[in-house]
Amino acid sequence: MDFRLSDDQRALRRGVRDLLDGRFGREALRAAVDREGRLDRKLWRELGDAGFFALRLPEDDGGAGLGLSEAALVFEEAGRALLPGPLVATHLAAGFVPGAADGTLIVTAVSELDCLVQHFDDAGTVVAFASDGTPHAVDASEAVAVRSLDPLTPLHRLPRPCAPEAPGQLPLGAAVLLTAAEQLGSAARSTEEAVRHAKGRVQFGRPIGGFQAVGHLCAEMLVRTEVARAAVYAAAVRGDLTEIAGAKLLADEAAVRGAKDCLQVFGGMGFTWESEVHLHLKRALLRARMWLTTAQAEEIQAQALASEF
Amino acid sequence: MDLAYTAAEEEFRARLRDWLADALPTLPPPPPAGDWPARRAYDSDWQRRLYDAGYGNVHRDASPTLRLIFLEETEKAGAPYVGANFVGLLHAGPTIAAEGTPEQRERWLGPILRGEAIWCQGFSEPEAGSDLASLRTKAVRDGDAYVVTGQKIWTSHAEVADWCELLVRTDPGAPRHRGITWLAMPMDAPGVTVRPLRTLAGSAEFAEVFLDEVRVPAANRVGEENDGWRVTMVTLSFERGTAFAGEVVACRRTLDEVAARARANGRWDDPVLRRGLGRLHAEFTALWRLVQWNVSEAAAIGGVPGTGGSVFKLRYSQARQELYDAAAEVLGPGALDLSVPWTRERLSSLSYTIAAGTSQIQRNILAERVLGLPKGR
Ligand SMILES: Cc1cc2nc3c(=O)[nH]c(=O)nc-3n(C[C@H](O)[C@H](O)[C@H](O)COP(=O)(O)OP(=O)(O)OC[C@H]3O[C@@H](n4cnc5c(N)ncnc54)[C@H](O)[C@@H]3O)c2cc1C
Repeated sequence: MDFRLSDDQRALRRGVRDLLDGRFGREALRAAVDREGRLDRKLWRELGDAGFFALRLPEDDGGAGLGLSEAALVFEEAGRALLPGPLVATHLAAGFVPGAADGTLIVTAVSELDCLVQHFDDAGTVVAFASDGTPHAVDASEAVAVRSLDPLTPLHRLPRPCAPEAPGQLPLGAAVLLTAAEQLGSAARSTEEAVRHAKGRVQFGRPIGGFQAVGHLCAEMLVRTEVARAAVYAAAVRGDLTEIAGAKLLADEAAVRGAKDCLQVFGGMGFTWESEVHLHLKRALLRARMWLTTAQAEEIQAQALASEF
Repeated sequence: MDLAYTAAEEEFRARLRDWLADALPTLPPPPPAGDWPARRAYDSDWQRRLYDAGYGNVHRDASPTLRLIFLEETEKAGAPYVGANFVGLLHAGPTIAAEGTPEQRERWLGPILRGEAIWCQGFSEPEAGSDLASLRTKAVRDGDAYVVTGQKIWTSHAEVADWCELLVRTDPGAPRHRGITWLAMPMDAPGVTVRPLRTLAGSAEFAEVFLDEVRVPAANRVGEENDGWRVTMVTLSFERGTAFAGEVVACRRTLDEVAARARANGRWDDPVLRRGLGRLHAEFTALWRLVQWNVSEAAAIGGVPGTGGSVFKLRYSQARQELYDAAAEVLGPGALDLSVPWTRERLSSLSYTIAAGTSQIQRNILAERVLGLPKGR
C-alpha cells in the first residue's frame, strides 16, 4: 500500500494544471461569464487533444489507457479552474459517441432527477446514460430554457419523462466520482483563496488571518477538503459504488461549505459579482444535485450498513 | 495511489486473523469498568499473549503498514482495546524507538512489548494545558541524576503505571521552548504521589501526580538536555497521527451495531436518523482512508506522522461524538441509563475534543503551520 500519488500521477496533475492556468486563467473565466456560459469550442478541442475525454479509452482506440484515479486527478483540476461545460458527460460518451473523444463534439446529458440539461445550445447531442455506462440519445426537441443559478452553466429543462424509465437504476459510478473530484478541486481552491485573502487583508492593524475566528474557518475548510480528498482518491482506486457515493457526499459538503466560508472570509468583496467566490459556490450547488444528491448518497450509505449483517 | 497490500502483508493479515480466531475465545472476561488494577492485569495479560504469539514486535520493528494491518485486524476481531498500554505502545514506545539510544530501546521497549511495563504521560500541569511549553515542573541536575519537583495533572493510568514520560524544565533562563527535557521517570521513585481524580464518566482514569525532589537518573533522559520540546513534538505526532487509527475500525463496528439495533427497534424507519447513520458510514470510511493516506506519508518520510495527524484528530474526535449521539437516538430511554455501555461511551467520547490537544489547538496548528496564517489572537 502506498496511497500517495505516483510520479506519473503527479506529473499528470501538474500538466493539466499548467494547461488550464495557461488556457483558462482568470481573464478567460471572466470572459466565459460575460458570454453567459457559452463554451469556447477552440478550448474544447484543445481539451480533446490533451486527452481530457479519451483519457480512459484503450490506447488502440486513441485513448491514454489510464484509469479512474488519473481521471479523478484531471477532473479535480477542472473543478479548481471552474472549467465550464458538460465535461463529465462528454468524457463518459467518449468511445460511444463519435467526436466526443477528440473534442469535436460536445455531448451533454439529461439529469434524471431534475430533467435538466447543461449547455444545451452548445451541445451536439443530448444523451441519457444507462447504468452500464451506455449513452442513449434523448429527444430534446421540447427543451425549455431555465434561468440558471450558475452563470457558467446554462440550463434547459425537458418535459417528463425525460429519460428512458429505469426504476431503481443504479447511479453511474464514474459520473458520480468525477463530479466529486470536481467538487474536491473547487473546495481546495476556495481554501487557498480564503487563505490568500486572509494573509493580505489588513484590519485592526493586522492581517485578518491572525484573528482566530478567521484562521479556524480556514482550518475547517482544510479539514473538509483533506477528508474529501482521501475519500475521492480511495473511491477512484477502488471503484466501489458505495465508496463513490460516500466520496460525493463529503466532496459536495467540502465544496459548498468551502465556498460559503470563503465568501465569509472575503467580506463584502465576496458578495460581489466581480469575485470568483460566487462562481465556486453556484457551481458547487449545481454539482451537488448532479448524478447523485445528498439524500441519495446518504441512503446508499445506510443501505450499505443494513447489508452488513 | 495504491491501496493494495503486498503478498507478504496479506499473509501477515491472514495469519493474525487465524490466531485471533483461536485466541480471543480463551480470554478471561474483562474486568469491571473502573477497576484499574484489574484492568492493568487484564491488558498486560493480553499484551503478553500477543508477544508470545510473535506480535509484540509489531509496535517496534514492523513497517507502518504492517502496524496498521495489525490495528485493523485486532479491532475487527473485537480484541481487547490497548487500554492501559495506550501510552507505552502507541506514543512513549514509538518516541523511544525514534529518539532513544540503543541501550534505552533495549531497556524500555522489551518490557512494554511483553506487557510487563505500563507507561503514563506526564505532560500537562495545572498551569500548562494547551500552553504546554509554559510547563514549570523543574529538574535540577545533581551528579548523575535530575532532582524533579512540581506537579502534573490529568495523567491517565498514573495509578497503575510503572513509568512516566515526563516533561521538565531544565533551563528556566532559556526561551520557553528551549529549556525543556524529556525524561523517563519510574513511578515508584521516592517523592512521587498519585492522587486519582474522578472523571465525569464516574471513573478514576486520570490523576494528579505530585513530584517532591524525585531523583531521576540522567541516563533516563531521551534526547539532549533542553532539546525536549523537539522530542515532545515526536511524541505528539504519534499521539495525534496514528494512536487513534485502530479506533476508527472500532467505531465502524459500533456503527454496524447501532444500525442493527435501529432496525430491530424500528428507529431505522425514521429517514432523518437513517440518513444520519448513513452519513456516519461515509465519514468513518473516509477517516480510514485518511489514516491510510497519513500512514503512506509517514512510511515515506521514515515513520513519524506529519501534520496530517491534526486533520485526522480534529475530524475523528468530532465523528466519535456524533456516533454516540446517534447511538443515544437509537437507544431512546436507554440513553439515560448508565448501565448501557453506549451511554457510558457517549460520556467518555466528550474527552476526545480535549485530550491530546483540544480542537481549538488543532485548528491553530493547521492555520499556522499548514496554511501559514499569522499566529492567532
Ligand atoms: C480524558 C483525558 C485524559 C488526559 N490524559 C492526559 C495524560 O495522560 N497526560 C497528560 O499530560 N495530559 C492529559 N490530558 C490533558 C489534556 O492534554 C489537556 O486537558 C489539554 O491539553 C487541554 O489543557 P487544559 O485542560 O489545561 O485546558 P486549557 O488549555 O485551559 O483550555 C481551556 C479552553 O481554552 C481553549 N484554549 C486554550 N488556549 C487556546 C488558544 N491558544 N486558542 C484557542 N483556544 C484556546 C481550549 O481549546 C479549551 O477550550 C488528558 C485530558 C483528558 C480530558
